[in-house]
Amino acid sequence: MDELEAIKVTFFQECEELLADLEGGLLAMQDGNDDGDTVNAVFRAVHSIKGGAGAFGLEPLVRFAHVFETLLDAVRSNEVPATPDLVVTLLRASDVLADHVSSARGLGVVDEAVSAAMAAELKACTDPNAAPAPVAAPVVEAAAFEAAPVAAAPAEALIGADDALDDDDLGFDFQPMTITIDEQAADVAAAVGNVWTVSIRPKSDLYRKANETALLLRELARLGPIEATLDASAIPPLDLLDAEAAYATWTVRLETEEDETAIREVFEFVDGDCDLEITRGEGLNPDAALAALLAGEAPAAAPAAPVAVAEIPAPVVVEAAPEPVAVAPVVEAAPAPVAAPVAQAAPVAAAPAAAKTQQIDVPGPGQSVIRVDPERIDRLIDLVGELVINQAMLAQRVGEYGIAPSSNLAMGLDELEQLTREIQDSVMAIRAQPVKSVFQRMPRLVREVASMTGKQARLVMDGENTEVDKTVIERLSDPITHMLRNAIDHGLESPEERKAAGKNPEGVVRLAALHRSGRIVIEVSDDGKGINRERVHSIAIKKGLISPELQLTDEEIDNLIFLPGFSTADKISDVSGRGVGMDVVKRSVQALGGRISITSRPGQGSTFTLSLPLTLAVLDGMVVDVAGETLVVPLAAIVESLRPKPEEVRPLGPVGSVLAVRDSFVPLIDVGLTLGYREASPPPTEGVVLLVEGEDGSRAALVADAIHGQRQVVIKSLEQNYQQVDGVAAATILGDGRVALILDVDAVISLRRREPPRPVEPTLIAAE
Amino acid sequence: MTRTVLTVDDSRTMRDMLRMALAGAGFNVVEAVDGEHGLEVLSAHRPDVIITDINMPKLDGFGFIEAVRVDDDYRAIPILVLTTESDPAKKDRARRAGATGWIVKPFNPEKLVDAIRRVAA
Repeated sequence: MDELEAIKVTFFQECEELLADLEGGLLAMQDGNDDGDTVNAVFRAVHSIKGGAGAFGLEPLVRFAHVFETLLDAVRSNEVPATPDLVVTLLRASDVLADHVSSARGLGVVDEAVSAAMAAELKACTDPNAAPAPVAAPVVEAAAFEAAPVAAAPAEALIGADDALDDDDLGFDFQPMTITIDEQAADVAAAVGNVWTVSIRPKSDLYRKANETALLLRELARLGPIEATLDASAIPPLDLLDAEAAYATWTVRLETEEDETAIREVFEFVDGDCDLEITRGEGLNPDAALAALLAGEAPAAAPAAPVAVAEIPAPVVVEAAPEPVAVAPVVEAAPAPVAAPVAQAAPVAAAPAAAKTQQIDVPGPGQSVIRVDPERIDRLIDLVGELVINQAMLAQRVGEYGIAPSSNLAMGLDELEQLTREIQDSVMAIRAQPVKSVFQRMPRLVREVASMTGKQARLVMDGENTEVDKTVIERLSDPITHMLRNAIDHGLESPEERKAAGKNPEGVVRLAALHRSGRIVIEVSDDGKGINRERVHSIAIKKGLISPELQLTDEEIDNLIFLPGFSTADKISDVSGRGVGMDVVKRSVQALGGRISITSRPGQGSTFTLSLPLTLAVLDGMVVDVAGETLVVPLAAIVESLRPKPEEVRPLGPVGSVLAVRDSFVPLIDVGLTLGYREASPPPTEGVVLLVEGEDGSRAALVADAIHGQRQVVIKSLEQNYQQVDGVAAATILGDGRVALILDVDAVISLRRREPPRPVEPTLIAAE
Repeated sequence: MTRTVLTVDDSRTMRDMLRMALAGAGFNVVEAVDGEHGLEVLSAHRPDVIITDINMPKLDGFGFIEAVRVDDDYRAIPILVLTTESDPAKKDRARRAGATGWIVKPFNPEKLVDAIRRVAA
């Protein structure tokens, strides 16, 4: 069923939100903010997850949520105090609950042992004195209908009770218990046939709850033909009549194949709000009937003569008590003495039916959020991308005709460009989302890593509402996870070491997001021991990553940890050492057009800074010509462009050369040579140089033949449409309709570095 | 005439489930996300039947039912309490507040429609 599947998707989305609320609430409680609202919100989160899970029959999830909810209910009602220890337990339980949700979603497997142990722990917290109790008890109680044959219902009810939460018929379907006393009783049953007498005396509460005798009669009539008799004798004279009171008593003769349980079920909702007597036979109780039978007499006929008979099914209803809430239509068939009050009551009755026609399904106030299929937005973004390309193409064509910039046409085109940009920004804003969705997964990670490594860590988060394109958000999770693991595992000291160093035994890990010059910056910092540079240096030498005689600055040593094959952990730990080093993080970040860097102060901690473009869909770039090919160099990487003078170019080694830029030398890289467009480089002085800066801050001078200017381009993935190419980040379509490659500046720099012979520049030598 | 049912539940999943079951049975469905919102929607749509959750932010099910019952315009509207509560005390409290009947979650569409039929004129 498609609709149900769609709701299931909604359910899991909602679960994510609820789990986040749950964790957020528990963390607030941990910070001492356990006012009633927080506890209630926490309870509701688990409650809603359980409710939805029940609807989809996700039993393991329901069961665990139920145990969790029971404890939270006790906390909410102050039966169990919310001690710091308890909150820690609840946080761990929330992690297990999250696992159950993932498992129900088919995204993982719950460790049954962990879940069972957690459930047992929760139960123990709920009631420390109780033996591992039958969870079933309260459920059975709820299901028990007042007059249902509970005593007679034997073991099955209790055995099945564990599953009662999922039993659709819960509370509605008790099996009839046939109790055969002796043959004579069976004769009685035969004699009275399937006739029942039901006496109903509503109390005013029945009406107060918007229940309605008429509807009860209608329900009874569904069981079989009925004959309803009204005893209006209790109705007082008009001047003594209380409009809110109930005076009538009904006696119904019912012929049905159904049993007493089915009859009682009709009155389930009014249980306690009316005096109800159900007897087998014509208005006599079975004992009397039995006595009568024994005495050889026929059972007596029904008592009073019918005042009115309700037709079946009944809109026809005898309404004796003047109920102001009566529902139309009402047939006045009361005996003469009470005619007046009925007439009075009648006009009121029509009211509720009046305003039904003008109902339109308008979203109520407060529903200001629309949910849109992401595919629609992606399509829109794609279209806007095409619009940008088209606009650029148009501008180029117009330019080719040599139309003056001050002409109306050129000015109109400028406006079009402005509008296009605005549309693009607005469309991007639709897809922008706060990084919260990624951040909120991190407290759990920190807890787990801290407990695995025996560290004490507190996570402080900043800028959760910083917005970034959805496609970027999805790819933030892995690098952040890795950096946080790294910060706790390698950055923070053990509590003992921290105490010895005069620090708080609990380390602080900070995760922050902010916007900086058109990019999103993620910072992960710790207040740990900082990078042990001596050790990093010696390991790098030992592993052959750098040559021993190389003199490195502190910053360069810090950046050694990003080298492939580098791992500072003495032994591979469970946590960071999953065979994934910081080099992988760096590569994945770079693949997104981002950069990562580290700063560290011994004894005070380290900070990893990750910067990414706000969107992966468009890019500001410089369009250049290289060996007859058009390339786009990301503007973010370009520091400046210049035309080198002959005296600024110095040869270095047999083929290499450097460019003197003010007081420093930067390696000259011929892009055409690096990408294999040509075999030999023309003299750099004949071309244009783009001074670029790599992610690690290293600079290089890229040589191109000519610059065409700055352009906003729409990124088309090369991997999706072709395959990955070294030195190329992506492709785009230019104004003239040609495909141009977007240069991966870092890759070009490192490609060139890998080429022998190695230049003797003070940068790192990457091991192959 | 198409009957209108107001569903009040903070869970989107549950609102969607109700909508599916009720729309499938030919009801017109209006929704609210909590008790406060429920009272607003109530006056805009005048439903024939209300189905409400108990545990909700802002104004919970008990408060919502009480508020409906003290209003002369709405007090005759049948209210079904929709809840997973296995605690009879909660059900009793909902009844004292003025609930007409109840539906135990998880429900199936027939049971839901059945309960509405039992309370709706």
